[in-house]
Amino acid sequence: MTAETEAAEMQPAETQREDLQRYGVPYAAHGEQKVIFPHRDMWLQTAVALLQDGWNMCLDVTAVDYLDKKHPALPSDIPAERFEVVATFISYERKERLRARIQVPEADPTIGSLYTIYPGSDYLEREVYDMFGINFEGHPDLSRILMPENWQGHPLRKDYAVGSIPVQFKNSRQDSPKEGA
Amino acid sequence: MGVVHNVAEDGFEGLQHNFVTAPLEKLVNWSRARSSWPATFGLACCAIEMMATGGSHYDLARFGMEVFRASPRQADVMIVAGRVSQKMAPVLRQIYDQMMEPKWVISMGVCASSGGMFNNYAIVQGVDQIVPVDVYAPGCPPGPETLLHAITTLHTQIENGELLRRREETGAGANITVEQLDGQGQSQMVELGSRT
Amino acid sequence: MSLQTPEKQSPNTQQIENALTQQLDLLPRRDAVLRMSEVRAAEVADQPVSDDDDQTMMMNMGPAHPSTHGVLRLMLELDGETVVRSKPVVGYLHTGMEKTAETLTYLQGPTNVTRMDYASPLFNELVFSLAVEDLIGIEIPPRAVWIRMMMTELNRIASHLLFMATNGMDLGAVSMMIYGWREREQVLRFFQKVTGLRMNHNYIRPGGVAADLPDGWEQDVIDLLDMLPPRLEEYDILMTGQPIWRDRLQGVGVLTQAEAQALSTTGPLLRSTGISWDLRKDMPYLAYDDVDFDVIVGSYGDSFDRYAIRLNEIRESMRIVRQCVEKMPVGDYKAQDKKVTPPPRTRIDESMEALIHHFKIFTEGYKVPEGETYIGIESPRGELGCYIVSDGSAKPYRMHIRGPSFVNLQVMPHMMANGLIADAVVVISSVDPVLGEVDR
Repeated sequence: MTAETEAAEMQPAETQREDLQRYGVPYAAHGEQKVIFPHRDMWLQTAVALLQDGWNMCLDVTAVDYLDKKHPALPSDIPAERFEVVATFISYERKERLRARIQVPEADPTIGSLYTIYPGSDYLEREVYDMFGINFEGHPDLSRILMPENWQGHPLRKDYAVGSIPVQFKNSRQDSPKEGA
Repeated sequence: MGVVHNVAEDGFEGLQHNFVTAPLEKLVNWSRARSSWPATFGLACCAIEMMATGGSHYDLARFGMEVFRASPRQADVMIVAGRVSQKMAPVLRQIYDQMMEPKWVISMGVCASSGGMFNNYAIVQGVDQIVPVDVYAPGCPPGPETLLHAITTLHTQIENGELLRRREETGAGANITVEQLDGQGQSQMVELGSRT
Repeated sequence: MSLQTPEKQSPNTQQIENALTQQLDLLPRRDAVLRMSEVRAAEVADQPVSDDDDQTMMMNMGPAHPSTHGVLRLMLELDGETVVRSKPVVGYLHTGMEKTAETLTYLQGPTNVTRMDYASPLFNELVFSLAVEDLIGIEIPPRAVWIRMMMTELNRIASHLLFMATNGMDLGAVSMMIYGWREREQVLRFFQKVTGLRMNHNYIRPGGVAADLPDGWEQDVIDLLDMLPPRLEEYDILMTGQPIWRDRLQGVGVLTQAEAQALSTTGPLLRSTGISWDLRKDMPYLAYDDVDFDVIVGSYGDSFDRYAIRLNEIRESMRIVRQCVEKMPVGDYKAQDKKVTPPPRTRIDESMEALIHHFKIFTEGYKVPEGETYIGIESPRGELGCYIVSDGSAKPYRMHIRGPSFVNLQVMPHMMANGLIADAVVVISSVDPVLGEVDR
């Protein structure tokens, strides 16, 4: 597969990682950090392969909004998109973690839901939906989890303002000087 | 010594100083200050310190406040302990409205008082935008000593306050009205918190 | 519950369907998960009562309920007193910390994350610092590593004591609450001596710790460790062996091994089902390789196991702390990397350079190389993870905390299924969520 060879070319210094090669997707490894870069359309198949390969648990699902930033440490053959869903898995036998970074375009922010494969991703995906507005297809109850149900917008997107307001001081002496003072 | 059966005959000397006279207002305020039960309204980190204040070392019972009431109907003081999120704000207001008059609010910690370090979309910048606050306790989180000081400050306020009317400057009072009979046989609504 | 097979992105649907049936079969009680919006729940609750025996009742518990550990809200569907379905509703303490983190420098970061899990603040600081150090690639002096280990283990003791107190209080053993606070105060007193604060310390920072241990700290810690064992014996007498306590907890809120794994549970919840998984042992960080301790594992997965695990983890943490006191190396308490750590206070009076350096590091912060990393540690509640993306500036581009309480909440409907409403309180208490970490 071309992706494999290209990924191998990308890291000439690193030894070939058989444990990461077998999923047929580009990968990178530095220290204890192991990352694979599955394509969005192949995400669920990759997840099934991960499950069958002994990655017991989906620890974390989150996302990053690279509005106009360069993605750090992204292989050159992967087209960068605005959103990136990041899922972390852990294996008891190997005692290591694996991270998957999936590019999700702004025009169609959808990705398959891990719920049927790793049911523990339920709340995590709801949080990503709430904070980034990324839809997880096949999720049983994709609704807001942290913000109120009628909230507008997705707060962790980079084009969503922090929403800080100037601090107001009530009854401050400056505004209402004492009479006769 | 002895029981005075008839003050008019025996005179006040018969009581031998075993009585106290005071305005009713002072008496009621005094008793209110000494048994102001707090509502459990722990939100965040400050709630842990609030519970620590209720623990054996700091002993909130010294101030007649060890009875944390789960039901707002039985509580007098609401200690807003922690940051108030936009999602929590309506709940907080509802609980405040459910409390019986007279009621007081302590804003515990900077998050409750002004939003603190979290000046963002999620946090209400000061609980005084939702409910009237009597005492602000600074700190992040305020130690039990600070909370105790806030409580004694509140007690002083209660003792020096007026019986029926709430503070003018904050316009507090949760819109409770009492019927006042003016002797003309016809009742007139008086809103607490205003002089008219 | 409706399960839709993903249609769009599946040329290989068969494989996914196999996995689907396999994985969801691990969750036999998944029908107990209530999936209903708040608006719909309010509508259902307003429906008139019918004579129909099958009618269930929607009941709301929280967010201001004394046994919900803060502001957790539960939507319960009840049949009489039995919980049919339930849904934890969270977000009442959502603080936007991940957004705020993007506006704070790496030096200010610990002040932000420490307010997440406020029952064990040092762990949040530790995981954030470890992630930043991983991105920068600096070595931490051994003394700083051991100070971090000792302080976090003491924090684990404090956190579990808090659990003992609240667990007792939730179940009606109010005197237990007083005892738990009494012991926790002693630990907090030591924290105050070291860090200056009782909570939200901002003590562990990228590059080391904020200050060295004060003079005479050994005796303080030894006193603490000598004080605790008899007190824990008291807990045993008061609760562990007591028939009322056992009846209340044993067999309540049972979690199976398969459920725990499928739902990504970590920490005492996972260990109560018999899986020996503790990051301190299995994927050691800091210097956990060099200390001797045991992982406490349960066998039934019920609330009593979780209580017993936490009680015994206090004892194991005490073992670790004792070894920390014995083996504490001498040397620096923070890395002497001028880029990351401020100069010592005394140098500022002597040297103009140090003053400028001090000023620059606290106003501008320091730049962290571009990259992304995930670090996980074992907090009292499970795997606490920190994912940081750096764009090369002085502020994180994205900071995400994987809160163990947040993920652990998912098991609640499964554990409450077909139990009594009084047992729901036991379940909440034994999951031991900290809502600051759930909502962040």
